[in-house]
Amino acid sequence: MLFFVARRLLYLTPVLIAVSLLTFFIASLLPGDLAYVILGDQATPENVAALRKDMGLDQPVWIRYFSWLGNILQGDFGRSFRTGQTVLQAVTERLPVSIELMLLAEIIGLIIGVPLAIVCAARSGSAFDRFVTGSAFAMLSVPAFLSAILLIYLFAVELRWLPATGYISFTEDPAANLRFMVLPALTLALAEWPGIMRVLRSDMIATLQEDYIALAKAKGLKASRILFVHALKPSSLTLVTITGINIGRLIGGTVIVETIFALPGIGRLLIGAIYTRDLIILQGVVLLVGAGFVIVNFIVDLLYAVLDPRIRHGHA
Amino acid sequence: MTGNTLLSVEDVVVDLPTPRGNLRAVDRVNLTVGAGQTLGVVGESGCGKTMLSRAILQLLPKKAKLSGRVMFDGQDLLQLSPEKLRKLRGRSLAVVFQDPMTSLNPVLTIGTQLIETLQEHLELDDATATRRSIELLAAVGIPAPEQRLAQYPHQLSGGMRQRVAIAIALSCEPKLLIADEPTTALDVTIQAQILDLLAREQRRRHMAMILITHDLGVVAGRTDEVAVMYAGRVVERAPTPALFKKMRMPYTEALLAALPKLDAAPHTPLPAISGRPPDPTRPMLGCSFSPRCRYAVARCHTEKPALEAAETSEHQYACFHPIEVHAEAVA
Repeated sequence: MLFFVARRLLYLTPVLIAVSLLTFFIASLLPGDLAYVILGDQATPENVAALRKDMGLDQPVWIRYFSWLGNILQGDFGRSFRTGQTVLQAVTERLPVSIELMLLAEIIGLIIGVPLAIVCAARSGSAFDRFVTGSAFAMLSVPAFLSAILLIYLFAVELRWLPATGYISFTEDPAANLRFMVLPALTLALAEWPGIMRVLRSDMIATLQEDYIALAKAKGLKASRILFVHALKPSSLTLVTITGINIGRLIGGTVIVETIFALPGIGRLLIGAIYTRDLIILQGVVLLVGAGFVIVNFIVDLLYAVLDPRIRHGHA
Repeated sequence: MTGNTLLSVEDVVVDLPTPRGNLRAVDRVNLTVGAGQTLGVVGESGCGKTMLSRAILQLLPKKAKLSGRVMFDGQDLLQLSPEKLRKLRGRSLAVVFQDPMTSLNPVLTIGTQLIETLQEHLELDDATATRRSIELLAAVGIPAPEQRLAQYPHQLSGGMRQRVAIAIALSCEPKLLIADEPTTALDVTIQAQILDLLAREQRRRHMAMILITHDLGVVAGRTDEVAVMYAGRVVERAPTPALFKKMRMPYTEALLAALPKLDAAPHTPLPAISGRPPDPTRPMLGCSFSPRCRYAVARCHTEKPALEAAETSEHQYACFHPIEVHAEAVA
């Protein structure tokens, strides 16, 4: 197991280097000179040249990459030339919002998706199964901005149970924080559960054809034990994968949901950085989010090993 | 059949709907197994022997249609409620499947898979169930049984896994064990060990057994009665010694002839049965073996022979022209 973890960690290094390369070069490919952006309309060519020299922008791109990477390895991700805030400060301020949103959305998505998948798989082809599968397909095609608006209309405007937009931090007032988070999380979860339901359902149906399920039945085990103990675990590898991908995706925040519900998360930080051409923030945030994504997938790999002893022992 | 009947299969028919039409996998099969007796069911691939065993266990695919009666220990399994059936399975009716690589759950330990059966049916506490499991693993010849409990199936060899599957099947002292080709997926050297283990445990526990195989050699020394299946039907049925003394059905003879013999000269071609079994989605008018039978006459192609008793009431066969050869003694 220790060897397995070490090997996976080793795989991580080239991936992280690739992420940093992509982040840096895509940002440097963006049109417009950073010096002009900072100095604005009134810039004189002398000012621009001085600032370019000062920021190292006159250096070849690969030298700039290595000095950027060198700074990052020392914990310096740079600072915004607009607000003066460092990238790390900006991210640590916004990250808890996005992570809370992500966790709530995934939990709600799993709570809806997993039981439905199990029941549908156990009764595949039944009217219930067809109804749920059909609804999942329909939900999958509803865009987030639409379900967000519908949820706001229903729960905030008509029923007046929950606030429409806004944010209070969890440490300030946990109950109020959750009230603000429910609708955005539900919006995301409505798009998450169909995927969860569909992969788990199809994997479960395949697992239920296995010989060892026939043997479990022949052993006289209860249907619930067959489903939850014998079938769920070997069926959940794909589920873990897509949950990991979802989590990785949502760490980067969701631009649309955070914008609609006015949540100060990573998604809004990114979109703001793009609008103000704040390249330093953009680069740093994309790199951190990318690294987060890679690390979540590393954890997913480890979870495979927890779920399947054959992977743990290097047999598969 | 002497003694009290434990299992009686009466007019069992299994139909499987397929895209090409209805497939009659089992066609009006009648069998009985007495308490403590062993019945061998022999036939080539696709003859319906596995479907028959699944029909007895009520483990047929969802879309399969089953009719007839399966009387086990005084109750009709087809009429039992799912809950009563569940209490019976694993408790008094147990099974060992063909392929131990797929019949054990890869993500659960050997211990979990043994203990769950014991606790489901016998209401044992954890310590007692664990102790019983160790005893069972030792009984089926698994070295270091304590350590095995924490291991997963992939850490054991195929033969060891089949021993585990047998231990699971034996765990609640069933009255009937169905062994569905228990050695087909194993190395030849392991096959005899597993068959001997089954025979030994069967005698020790006074348990009845249905041994399903495609190998007449396997049933020869290990069964009380043999039923030969072909195209979903039982075509010959007799006490084992009677069958090997005098086989009447040409198919049985052909099956026996197809066995490799130790005393044959090297590179002798095996006398395979020419042709293929009939398409089970197309019902045949006459005897289903007639297209491949070297004794077939016109009547065989137009009329289906019934399974009937002949000289002794125990030896039944479905053939108009039973052969008179004396089969050579098999190991």
